[in-house]
Amino acid sequence: MPMPLSGAEWAAALVFVPLLAALACFLVPRAANWLGLLAATLILFATLGLVRGLLGDGPLRVAVGAWAAPLGIDLVADGLSAVLLLMTALVGLGVSAFAPAYFAEHSEQRRWFWPLWLLLWTALNGLYLAADLFNLYVMLELLGLSAAALTALSGSATALNAAMRYLFVSLLGSAAYLLGVALLYHGYGTVDMVLLGERLEAGAVASAALLAMVAGLLLKTALWPFHFWLAPAHGSAPAPVSALLSALVIKASFYLLLRLWLALFSGLAGLLPTLLPELLGLLGAAAILWGSVQALRQRRLKLLIAYSTVAQVGYLFLAFPLTGVQAGEIAWRAVLYLALAHGLAKAAMFLSAGGLLRFAGHDRIADLDRAAQRLPLTLTAFVLGGVSIMGLPPSGGFIGKWLLLEAAFTQGRWGLALVVLVGGILAAGYVFKVIGYAFTATKIAQEGEAVPLAMQWSALLLAFGAILLGFAAPWFWPLLEVGAPFAAPLAEIGTEAIAEVGAVSEAAP
Amino acid sequence: MTPTIEATMPANAWLPLLVLASSLLPGLVIFFLAERRYWTRTLLNLTGALIKLALVSAMLWGVFHQQQYEANLPLLPGLDLVLRVRPLSLLFLVLSAGLWLLTTLYAIGYLEDSPNRSRFFGFFSLCVTATVGVAMAGNLLTFLLFFELLTLTTYPLVVHRGTEEARRAGQVYLAHTVIAGALLLAGTVWLYTLVGTLTFATRGFVADAVDSHRWSLVAIFVLLIIGVGVKAALVPLHSWLPRAMVAPAPVSALLHAVAVVKAGAFGIVLIVYDVFGVEVAAELGVTGPLALVAAFTILYGSTRALFQDDLKRRLAFSTVSQVSYIVLGVAIVGPLATVGGLVHLVHQGVMKITLFFCAGNLAETLGIHKVSEMNGVGQRMPWTMVAFTIGVFGMIGLPPMAGFISKWYLGLGGLEAGVHWPLFVLAGSSLLNAAYFLPILYRAWFREPPAAWPEERDFGAQETAWLLLLPTLITAALSLLMGLFASMPFTPLEWARLIAEREFYRP
Repeated sequence: MPMPLSGAEWAAALVFVPLLAALACFLVPRAANWLGLLAATLILFATLGLVRGLLGDGPLRVAVGAWAAPLGIDLVADGLSAVLLLMTALVGLGVSAFAPAYFAEHSEQRRWFWPLWLLLWTALNGLYLAADLFNLYVMLELLGLSAAALTALSGSATALNAAMRYLFVSLLGSAAYLLGVALLYHGYGTVDMVLLGERLEAGAVASAALLAMVAGLLLKTALWPFHFWLAPAHGSAPAPVSALLSALVIKASFYLLLRLWLALFSGLAGLLPTLLPELLGLLGAAAILWGSVQALRQRRLKLLIAYSTVAQVGYLFLAFPLTGVQAGEIAWRAVLYLALAHGLAKAAMFLSAGGLLRFAGHDRIADLDRAAQRLPLTLTAFVLGGVSIMGLPPSGGFIGKWLLLEAAFTQGRWGLALVVLVGGILAAGYVFKVIGYAFTATKIAQEGEAVPLAMQWSALLLAFGAILLGFAAPWFWPLLEVGAPFAAPLAEIGTEAIAEVGAVSEAAP
Repeated sequence: MTPTIEATMPANAWLPLLVLASSLLPGLVIFFLAERRYWTRTLLNLTGALIKLALVSAMLWGVFHQQQYEANLPLLPGLDLVLRVRPLSLLFLVLSAGLWLLTTLYAIGYLEDSPNRSRFFGFFSLCVTATVGVAMAGNLLTFLLFFELLTLTTYPLVVHRGTEEARRAGQVYLAHTVIAGALLLAGTVWLYTLVGTLTFATRGFVADAVDSHRWSLVAIFVLLIIGVGVKAALVPLHSWLPRAMVAPAPVSALLHAVAVVKAGAFGIVLIVYDVFGVEVAAELGVTGPLALVAAFTILYGSTRALFQDDLKRRLAFSTVSQVSYIVLGVAIVGPLATVGGLVHLVHQGVMKITLFFCAGNLAETLGIHKVSEMNGVGQRMPWTMVAFTIGVFGMIGLPPMAGFISKWYLGLGGLEAGVHWPLFVLAGSSLLNAAYFLPILYRAWFREPPAAWPEERDFGAQETAWLLLLPTLITAALSLLMGLFASMPFTPLEWARLIAEREFYRP
């Protein structure tokens, strides 16, 4: 099929389609379901167009409205952004297909869901395509506001409480990030990421900016011990919103952190850039263990899934101590793959929790009462998502875990490998806790309400996606290579560090 | 007979994939069938099982005539999903394809009128898919993938009854297998980072790393063996097995004889022969401890079996003991012991499935679950008890049963390798086997039957449903014939000899 549009036009479409659709849904609420689904399909199409353009022509940089960088707004895309855009498009389409049936019973919520969700989508796409730190800030703020509003959608006291807390955390996080941006702008006179990368030098300004930005983004990504706001927010939001928050929103702030790290800070010499990766890895390990144990202890399904997210966020940070040396690139790929798989799998799990909630009227795990037999499609979606979360083959989670372990073993980081393995075992524990009850009959038989097929199949297809990712790795590497987003640090580190690590890993056994 | 595999022969990628598909596709379709579609389900099940058996037979013939069957799918950078059919794979493939057909027949008869049959047969088919995948794995990654898939697909079968007891048994099963899976994964990745390949090879692929990474390799060996040893029920990793007995009888038969336990034992065989290579393993000094663990497991399992009144639990501990014969044969290190261990992979499967079928027949027909309830049952169900008797004689190792062949080669293998203690282990185990099995026979044949059976069902002139009896008699006959005609071509014994020859003698 000939492509009438170039990568640049697809990139622009990725920001404007959801924005216009959000406006349209706000103005014509009655048509919102159809408008939303149409927009979701268009966005997936545009993302595929962009991916195709990237694979053909390499990384992309466009000046919107023909204004060049210092004045205008640039859109950039490389392999890293493309993978996250793709995840957003797939999960977004799945949730958009789930939502109409779900909100049929909550029509007052539907009125607000569509505009807010499409606004959130605008922010996500804009964030993945932004080229300078200030635009990133704007998108981050838009993201936080629409996400907090979505959390409050159900209007219950718990939800309002959680949403308020989420809003404060979100604002605090963006403020810290903005402080970092201001420091950098003051010190180096630009907010463009490429220019900053060239000018940045180690010193007090860079260190202070780094600290402020990392702290703000960690808060938004809910890395332990900043995870306190996540479980109430993700647990009390409506199921499709929980899916969006867990699968997509926390990935956006992680992406920003990763991007800053790769483009600006990882090449810096000095105290912070050497200690920080170890600290992030340590917090990640704590998150995995703490989140998994909390998930095991939960009695309500949605809270269990929310704590599982706390744990899975930890995996993303295990890569930081593993990069910058030999096999470092493997660790980044591992993390990206884990993020992608988690997006699909966790969305599938939250959507199936929504299905179960509709079916049984509650989400108490011990009272699932033969749900495996009575609601098989939804349970299958949950299980397949769970398979990816615990990292069993074949699934995207397994590929990510394998690569992470490979990086850890190559560098002789036994502790990190152990955490990855224990996290997988604990994840199997909490996933199979649910499955075990779903196979078991309770003493008093439970009544079930019919669940629309659209709700069941959208969850199932997302879960299939997480499983199929396990076979898709060979197709992903070429896309990730575009623009070589992970290549920079290796060149900066130099050969001494590599030789040193090599000696350590040989001596270890 | 010394067929060889040469790389120049045209590769045939389709057959291994079809072998997987012949149970995967029926399984997926069955999930969506309504409960009452009895005939459609039965037709799908049996067609799949027959096609698989035919495909496997074709490959048996092909491999014997130097054909090569291999299918690849890229999975990770530098690592493929590889299905490759080798003589060792065929040993396991024929076993699982043949016994799957019989177990399916049996399960159709056994589960008549019980709920959730579509779910049951769906997972049943997926479970066999995973098993044949394990059999055909061409590298450790593929093995790991199907091995974990086996865990996932057997769990719903273990908890099938939906009772609280079943749920707890399922938890114990998972706790064991998931932790083992993590260790297996750790060992696999570690090995990959050390040697850069995972492709199974005759006499192993780690020889080059022995000098530089001796202790790492020993640690990897331990990780891998624990990883598969849980499924093989090596003591002290065995405690999930007796508890999993809450599952329906066909599942127990499948777990014990075909799928889970056998996959674990097969994994040990692969790790010793095709990952490390038996000589490298011996040089690393890891086969001695493995042999000791196996010997302990053999004696421990038999001793525990003595004290079980529940028939299925007694059989379960007997499995714990018998499967370690395979491990012992592998760990003694020698051609004859290898033959003994490998041939027992098949022999134990056929004999043990006979015993489980019989236990199922007793439970379904008369409601008998305990040994103490079996007085005089031989008069009520003579055919079932004849099959049971044949199975028992095989387990004890009386000539001319299949079990005798296994023990003969294991004993000879020990002597050939210059160690005598395996002989004592075998003799002791045979005595213990006799001690826990013969009283059952005595009760069944020579005691007076009680006035009423616990829960009798009437099958007219027959002693039980023919779908329950037929598979039982077939496997009993097989375990007799495999012993009687052990030296004919294409018997398990001849095939095991061929593998041992390749492992030890061919340059």
